[in-house]
Amino acid sequence: VDFAWDDKAEALRTEVREFLHAHLTPDLEEELYESGVSHDDVFARAMGAKNWIGADWARDGFEPLDAFGVHILTHELTKADAPVYLVSTSMMVARVIRGVGSEELQATILPKVVRGEVTIALGMSEPEAGSDVAAVTTRARPADGGWVIDGQKMFTTNGHIADYVFLLARTEPESERHRGLTTFLVPLRTEGFEAQAVFTVSGERTNITFYADMFLEDRWRISEVGAGWSSLMLALQDEHSAPFSPHLDRLLERTEAWATEPGPDGAAPIEREEIRRALIRAAADLEVSQLLEVRSTWMESIGEVPVAEGPMSKLYSTESVVRHGEALTAVAGPDALRSRLDPTALEGGLIEHALRYSLGMTIYGGTSEIQRNIIAQRRCGLPRP
Amino acid sequence: VDLALSEEQRELASSFAGLLGRASFPDQVRAAEPAGFDAALWRNLYETGALLMAVPEAQEGWGASMVDLALVAEESGRWLAPAPVIECQVTARLLARVGSPPALEALRAVLEGSRLVSLSLHPARCGVAGLVPAGAVCDAVVVLEGDRLSLVPSPDERRRPVANLGFAPLADITLEDGGELAHGVAATGAYELALDEWLVLTASALVGIGAAAHEAVCGYAAERRAFGGVIGSYQGVAHPLAEDATRLDGARLLVQKAAWAIDTHHARGRELAALAFAFASETAEQATYQAIHFHGGYGFMLEHDVQLFYRRARGWARVWGSADDAYRRAAAARYGSSERRSA
Repeated sequence: VDFAWDDKAEALRTEVREFLHAHLTPDLEEELYESGVSHDDVFARAMGAKNWIGADWARDGFEPLDAFGVHILTHELTKADAPVYLVSTSMMVARVIRGVGSEELQATILPKVVRGEVTIALGMSEPEAGSDVAAVTTRARPADGGWVIDGQKMFTTNGHIADYVFLLARTEPESERHRGLTTFLVPLRTEGFEAQAVFTVSGERTNITFYADMFLEDRWRISEVGAGWSSLMLALQDEHSAPFSPHLDRLLERTEAWATEPGPDGAAPIEREEIRRALIRAAADLEVSQLLEVRSTWMESIGEVPVAEGPMSKLYSTESVVRHGEALTAVAGPDALRSRLDPTALEGGLIEHALRYSLGMTIYGGTSEIQRNIIAQRRCGLPRP
Repeated sequence: VDLALSEEQRELASSFAGLLGRASFPDQVRAAEPAGFDAALWRNLYETGALLMAVPEAQEGWGASMVDLALVAEESGRWLAPAPVIECQVTARLLARVGSPPALEALRAVLEGSRLVSLSLHPARCGVAGLVPAGAVCDAVVVLEGDRLSLVPSPDERRRPVANLGFAPLADITLEDGGELAHGVAATGAYELALDEWLVLTASALVGIGAAAHEAVCGYAAERRAFGGVIGSYQGVAHPLAEDATRLDGARLLVQKAAWAIDTHHARGRELAALAFAFASETAEQATYQAIHFHGGYGFMLEHDVQLFYRRARGWARVWGSADDAYRRAAAARYGSSERRSA
């Protein structure tokens, strides 16, 4: 048993931090927050130049990162709140294309995705289908040389700036649930597509996207007709391994920085019992979240699939961010109300922002309820609800 | 980072699981109530090397790591062993660490099996060491008074065994003048480190207690039917059990990290030890409560084994303190002592 990171891992951590120092400037951070869009073309291409988009893929001239390398890379990027949302979703889809897509799609799309030149948003959720993805009703009807798409997708984050949307549609009219679904790559310059902005509590912008009588050539189909569900699983595997503990790490670090500064009366908040109690509980949950995440990575590194362990780490990390976002803003007092980017805010408003930002985490990527169902079945041996 | 146990560590855990499962659970656990001590089991554990393993090779022990001892402690918890393995291991290590002639003499007697020596988890107050673990069955106890660490005999006329929630062999011991083992910083430093070790190993036992109770209730929930379905298929039952499974895994990982931190003299050793205890203690309390609750009325019956876990999840931990006490100790390690700041 060894909990220490080796020199190679620490060297990578330093490299990522130096990269972030150079490329994630305060101006860019402010611009990202103002726009609510977690993407920047220049930043994405710089990541691509480091081979950090799809870092575990073998490419000429680069040594791919192992599971622990990817772990460190994603943790550092997430902790800095770097604009990686769109490159992450692009890679989720790239994995599907690599797994089941045509040779043409693989040849034209994948090299550009890993260079940060092509981006792909996710078009899975619908007004009546969130965590229950298999309830989708968006239709793709066969037409001469391709498909005609009709429907509506919710939470197509970055759907207004991406090059493509990964679309899950029902190709078999009377089919139900997981059957009769197919996945497509939809170029967003296609006629019949429209994105409408939706703003969220966290400040992030997402979109409702509309597909009206949209014609799509068959070469944009990713999965075999009717095999969309299993292709989707390739993407979701990736989503389950996204780290959330770095958000708690950032929140705790900022709150500790605030608490150790002497206040107007000369006393530092950390000297107060209730502040110490709130902070140390957050520190405990941060340790546990990090350990559950590192265990999933370790299991991957030895070729095991973290069937219940992945959901455990997602559940515990995200619920911890919610819990301590609430507890730490409360214990920090009225000043914690001052918002992100207000010049009087505590720690630049990052404490206040963490509270709002936490709300999405326990929903996307499978709600906490979904994670508990999986754990109950796969670990506790309980029957399906 | 490598979370794999070695082949030897897996064998160690399974040999203790075999010994304790065979010898102690549940009939011998019940038979040992309320005194909480099974002399035959203790002899058996001694002969297996439970004490020798804990002592460094320099003092003729087997030099097990804290990670190894945590594996043994988890099995002690899982099988509710009515034997003071953790206290006696920690005390033996403390005697070895102090290293003074009287300490080494006491250690020799401990390793020969001729004396059972335990540790008072709190500094003595008004000449009494209260609720000493294994106090009802030990021959002597190591006590800190001020900055003086001494070895005090505990004959029957000077101790009062205390009936208690966890059916542990606790006693209040009225101190007589004992032989000094060490004083000053050497004494308090060694004692605090012994407490760190006790916290980590007890945390590991609590993980074992919680995990055993959790497995029992999951098995029950997968079979028991009510309202036309298996109760484990209802999310009101399944989701709390999924939360417990998650926290138990987290607690076990945190215990291992704290044990590793002590083994490697990591700067965060004290903080992690206290965090592991706090987290494991809350987790075991929750898991054993849930285990009783989801058994319905059956869990509340003395006849049912699940209450055995509930009692010890609390009794074995609170003899030192609550989760909140441990969080305070962790905060003092992480942020510095608050008393010193305000003084």
